[in-house]
Amino acid sequence: MTDATAGGEALPKPPLDIVPLLLPVILALAMIPLIGSASTWVTLTVASLAMGMMIFIMASGLTLVFGLMDVLNFGHGAFIAVGAYVATLILLPMAAWVQADSLWQNLAAVTPAVLLAMAVTGALGLVFERVLIRPVYGQHLKQILITMGGLIVAEQGLYALWGPQIIPLPLPAALRGSFIFGDIAIAKYRLLAMLVGLTVFVVTMLVLNRTRLGLLIRAGVENREMVEALGYRIRRLFLGVFMAGSALAGLGGVMWSLYREQVHASIGNELMILVFIVVIIGGLGSVTGCFIGAVLVAMVANYGGFLLPKLALISDILLMVAILMWRPRGLYAVTNR
Amino acid sequence: MSDMLTLRGVHTHIGRYHILHGVDFTVPEGQTTMLLGRNGAGKTTTLRTIMGLSPPSAGEIDFAGASIGGWATPDIAMRGVGYVPETMAVFSDLTVKENLVLAARSGPFDPTRLEWIFGFFPPLKKFWLSRAGSLSGGQKQMLSIARAIVEPRRLLLIDEPTKGLAPAIVMALIECLAEIKRSGATILLVEQNFRVAEAIGDTVAVMDNGAIVHRGAMAALSGDGALQERLLGLSLEAHQ
Repeated sequence: MTDATAGGEALPKPPLDIVPLLLPVILALAMIPLIGSASTWVTLTVASLAMGMMIFIMASGLTLVFGLMDVLNFGHGAFIAVGAYVATLILLPMAAWVQADSLWQNLAAVTPAVLLAMAVTGALGLVFERVLIRPVYGQHLKQILITMGGLIVAEQGLYALWGPQIIPLPLPAALRGSFIFGDIAIAKYRLLAMLVGLTVFVVTMLVLNRTRLGLLIRAGVENREMVEALGYRIRRLFLGVFMAGSALAGLGGVMWSLYREQVHASIGNELMILVFIVVIIGGLGSVTGCFIGAVLVAMVANYGGFLLPKLALISDILLMVAILMWRPRGLYAVTNR
Repeated sequence: MSDMLTLRGVHTHIGRYHILHGVDFTVPEGQTTMLLGRNGAGKTTTLRTIMGLSPPSAGEIDFAGASIGGWATPDIAMRGVGYVPETMAVFSDLTVKENLVLAARSGPFDPTRLEWIFGFFPPLKKFWLSRAGSLSGGQKQMLSIARAIVEPRRLLLIDEPTKGLAPAIVMALIECLAEIKRSGATILLVEQNFRVAEAIGDTVAVMDNGAIVHRGAMAALSGDGALQERLLGLSLEAHQ
């Protein structure tokens, strides 16, 4: 059966809700007169987009886990931290390659580090789901307690294995520096972060919209009971999404550590607040909402930090309050929860 | 004629509430069995229990020779049970086509069967690529039923398909259910509308307070006003 044989004209599609998509653009344009300098504005905007993409990578799996299984995973930060530490297992011994001028030598060190971090955090996700989350499905309070406990155990485990000191993690030599356009400088690593984040977004959207697996995930986010009634084992689907989300958090952890050029055990704990704000702003279960939310959070942090440093600490909370007052279920609500 | 589905002494608890109190009835193969009763009698919970969505706390459920009490919902569905919930539960973010793609577990659609479905439900063909969320209530109900029959199922569990629908759509649904019945399907149908029940039903089970209080032929109940009054507690007019 093809679309053509099914025939018929489609109902008028509901109008595309583009207002949330325009928010980052409007915000960025509104900042031009306030910031004054074009080069500063570009620097802040690129920094926001890069930071937003890294937060999106970390948050995208969590929003699907929220939406699909209604699981409040406060332990997601553990995967961010573990990913960062696992990457050091390759990046530190291969420091000579990381600091070499050759891009290929840099990639030969960074690529296996990223892949190992994603593999380990994906596997850790499997254990985390089986041991901690499976026994507490449908019990939100217990989910919060046990996943926070998991985060604390992971953090302390990292202290025990690697020690309490901050581990320096220099950027690969080829990713240092900036591209200069007149008096505008754009950091190479920020461009890479934007590219990786966009790639993750596009691939995720393609999987969700063009594959049967994606259909199942979207259907499961909306009504997991009905997906089961159609004969699909949603727990297996959830486990797969959980592992993929954990692996992406690991990738985000590596990228963030390289961005900050340091690794410490509380990195996951620190980033979880931003990640949760992004997931809530975006709408539970919405990858598009998560993407927009991540960019907005990063913009508010960067522009706010520049214009009103004293408000920087609470700027993201204020953003969340404003968005939820406007759209109580987030920018792109998917679930009814 | 053998029984496709048998419930024996089925109890179901939801949280600390005891909803079903020893439900016993059978659904003969190839027939349509109506499950009637006032609101809150336990009809929906009975269907959910059969489907594994509200697992039984005691009792036996036999389906096509297997004891499925306590099975996981996907296993019950894979065994050949189709379910149309009271809420319709179409995936509103997915198109009509995508809803049916998910329901067709064994692969691509059978074109003949799809045309058979379009014969009952022309709007589904017309709005094939539209988001299910943009359909009307009646069209969503059509999609929900189509999803259950897009592949042959051994048993269909249908929960109040006519609830809240316009009379013209109710008539179309009755025609559809009658056609599905003529195709040899075994159906367990929860229905509040007595006229629909007598038009489609072969056998009937009436529930009250979480238990079966009457079983028999639909024709017998249909022809006995006093029995209807006693079992259903309302005049026939109230059910029309």
